[in-house]
Formats: sequence, C-alpha cells, structure tokens
Amino acid sequence: MATSSKIETDHKLNVRMFFTGLALVALYAIIVSVMISLGVSLVLVIVIAGALLFSQYYFSDKIAMFSMHAHEVTPEQEPKLHQIVDRLCLLADMPKPRVGVSEMDIPNAFATGLNPNAAVICATRGLMQRLPDEELEAVLAHELSHVAHRDVAIMTIASGVGILAGLISRIALFGAAFGGGGRGGGRNGGQNIVLLELATVVLSIVIYVIAYLLTMALSRYRELAADRSGAILIGKPSVLASALVHVTGDMGRIPRNDLRKTEGMNAFFFAPALAGNTVASLFSTHPSLEVRLNQLAQLEKQLNG
Amino acid sequence: MGLRDTIFGRTKQAAPNLDNLFALTQAAITLQAELDMVTSGQAGLCFKAGSGEGTLTTDADIKELLDFDATNDKVTLTKDDLGFEWLIVHDPDLESLVTRIHAADTSMVEHGLGPRLLCAVFGFVPKTPPGEGDLRLVYLMKQGTFYPFAPTGPTQRNNELELRVRSFLSTDLPMEKDLSRWMALWNVPVN
Repeated sequence: MATSSKIETDHKLNVRMFFTGLALVALYAIIVSVMISLGVSLVLVIVIAGALLFSQYYFSDKIAMFSMHAHEVTPEQEPKLHQIVDRLCLLADMPKPRVGVSEMDIPNAFATGLNPNAAVICATRGLMQRLPDEELEAVLAHELSHVAHRDVAIMTIASGVGILAGLISRIALFGAAFGGGGRGGGRNGGQNIVLLELATVVLSIVIYVIAYLLTMALSRYRELAADRSGAILIGKPSVLASALVHVTGDMGRIPRNDLRKTEGMNAFFFAPALAGNTVASLFSTHPSLEVRLNQLAQLEKQLNG
Repeated sequence: MGLRDTIFGRTKQAAPNLDNLFALTQAAITLQAELDMVTSGQAGLCFKAGSGEGTLTTDADIKELLDFDATNDKVTLTKDDLGFEWLIVHDPDLESLVTRIHAADTSMVEHGLGPRLLCAVFGFVPKTPPGEGDLRLVYLMKQGTFYPFAPTGPTQRNNELELRVRSFLSTDLPMEKDLSRWMALWNVPVN
C-alpha cells in the first residue's frame, strides 16, 4: 500500500498545527495566572466560562442547523444526497451522520455535532443545484472529514480561550472601577491598584486578540486537513479543487446583502467552526482558495507519481 | 481514530475485510431451503476509481489487473450514476462467482487499491417465479458484513423480506447490525 501511506500524512501541516495548539495551551497558562492575580473572581470566571462552553458544546448542532435554516431529511426526501453520504461513510468505515438540507441558495455545506456519532452533515439547496454529482460528493467528503477529525469539538475548546480572555477583561474592568471608587483613603495605594488592574485589562485584551488570531489559524489548518482527507477519500483531489473553484466563483456573483446575512450569522457564534465548516473560503476561518488549490494540486501529483 | 489522529486532523484509509466472503456459499443453501431462492448467475464488485491509478485507465486494464482475460465476455464493466465502477461477473455457479469476486478483491488489495473497494453484490432470484421477488446480498468490504437488499421499484424496497432474510441467515453470515448501513443500491447493475 505504498501509494496510500505516502499521502496520508503531511508533516509540515502537522507541525504547524502542533505549534498552534501549543501556543493556545500556553495562553491558557497565562490566563490562569492572570485570574489568580485577580483573586476573588476566579470561581466566577470558571463557572461562567464553563457554562458557556458547555451549552455551546451541547447545542452546537441545533444552533447551527437553526441559523442555516436547515432541516434533517430522510432518504425518501433526498435519495441522492443520502446515497452519496452512505457510500462515502462505508468507504471510510465511519458511522453515518444525520443528513440535512438548508434551503439557502448560497452554495455551501457544513458539518456540526459533537462527535462522529452525533454529527449532522448539511448541504445547501444552492450547492446541490449548482454542482455536478461528483463535485457534490467531494464537498461532502470534505465535511465528513471534519466529522471524523472532531473539528467542532476541537474548535469549541480552542475558542474557549477567547471566551475566558474576554470574560477576564470584563471582570477586571469592573474590578478596576469598583476598586478605584472604594479605596479613597490611601491615595497612592489606590492609584497603584487602579494602574495594576488597568494593566490587567490591557493584557487581557491583548490575549483576546492573540487567542482569536490563533483560533483562526487553527481553523485554517483544520480546513486544509479536511481538504486533504476528503480528497484522499474520494481518490480525486482535482474534483475537490474544481468544486472549490465552482463554489467560490458562484459566491462572488451573489448579491451583497445575502452575503452579509451569512457573515452576521458567522459572527454570532463563538467558534467559527460552529457556524459551519463552510467550504467557501470567504471568511478568515478558511485558508485562501490559492492555498487550498495548491495543496490539492500537490496531492494530485503525489497520487500520480 | 486515535487521539493523535484527532489532534492532527488525519484519517487513515480503511482497509477491506475479505475474510467473510466465502461464508456466502453456506448461506446460499439456507436461502434455497427457507425461501426457495437461487443465484441469478451474476455478481458485481463495486469500487471507486481514483486519479493516478494509471493501471485503471481502460476497461481492458482493469480486467487484466483483476486477473480476468481481457477478452472474456463473461466479465463486463459499467459505471453507475454516482460514478462508481462495477465489475460484473456472469457464472451460473455461486461458488465460482464468490471465488472470482474474491480473486478480484485480492488483486485490488495487492495493487494498493484496497481502500477504494465499496461492496460486492450477489444476485438471487426465486427458483419458481414469482416467489418472493428478487433479492441481492451485499457484502460491505470495509465492514466485512452482509445485508440483504430487495428492491421492488425504482426507489422502493421490501423491508419485510430483508428482515426475514436477516433472521434466516444470521447464523450462517455475519449480518450488518447497524441498519443505517443497509444502503439502498438503486439501479444496481447486478440482476
């Protein structure tokens, strides 16, 4: 099986993904130390962040389906879509996720759900109408790879850092205001505390920005990884490449207000992955079309070589 | 999938499991005794050709790769509406159908094309028509399990017969337990 083992791993991608993950973990450590410096709010921060993450984790599929106007479909309603998913899941030997259709006209697809057993894979009506069967299959293979890689869970955990940082900066802000008003007695001491807490706020905001950028970077690597696994599953990287070109080409022709609507929905979620591991690389959660096409072209060369 | 594969976003290609294919000959005896069904003389192997498989560019290439005589008219190749290739073998004897499908599988695996295999389909018909109607037994390559598929129309299947077949054959064959994997094969080119 020389051909298959050769293409299964891309070490550069692995290394980059590892360091992005490492940087996120390091950020957790910094955040914990900031929380300790704040003292009292520690328990509160953990409880609030935990509750937010928990609900996001458990309702992710419903939220994503709802916001995309998607509904689950039976094999009788969408025989072809089900048949394609059936075959891909059997080829990859993975459990079949639930299948949904979004009545949106924008050609797109997304996968959501906590783990491969509770996943939903969803295509928009626009995607099914615009793409030939083979390219639809390629897009679904990409989304199934997100399911297999547990990307929703991973991106939720990664974005948890951003939530934590945001909460800390807010709590620190309240702390600074409260501490400044309450300690009028020792003038110098009060000022020092205010300065200290202002510094904490600034630090938190910096952390938030860095965490956000890292989450975006991680999301882009996960997209590339899903492209890769999806292309290997269907055996034809060039078909996925052509589907990407079709989807992004069509995206460009759609009126702006439609796009803005989708964008707003994307911002509604904490984790970009929850809004759907979309195929189109319009948002910064996705690598540029050029990068994705390059990877697929390289894969195609490896397969032929 | 292991933790490392999850963290790095990798999937391993699934290798086929051919071990249980030969159990079909025993099951055919049960099938005839219980439901009066015999082989239709056709079996099909379904796979997805990828790019870069230069050995699979022409039909003759595929036949040769699968150890079939390229001029053998008992073996035909077709492509279905979802872009999967079907190798159809014609032979009145079930045992030799199974042997030939197994041989084709083995040579696919030897050429590193194991991950591309989807399923093998064996056709069964009532010995005295109309009987129970047509039945296919599908062998899922990656899972190593069988399931019955009894189409009665373009998109209808006889679930009652399928479940009956499962209960008759569950001692002879490893039947697929996950019913969501009993995929519909409409327009299956195996009669």
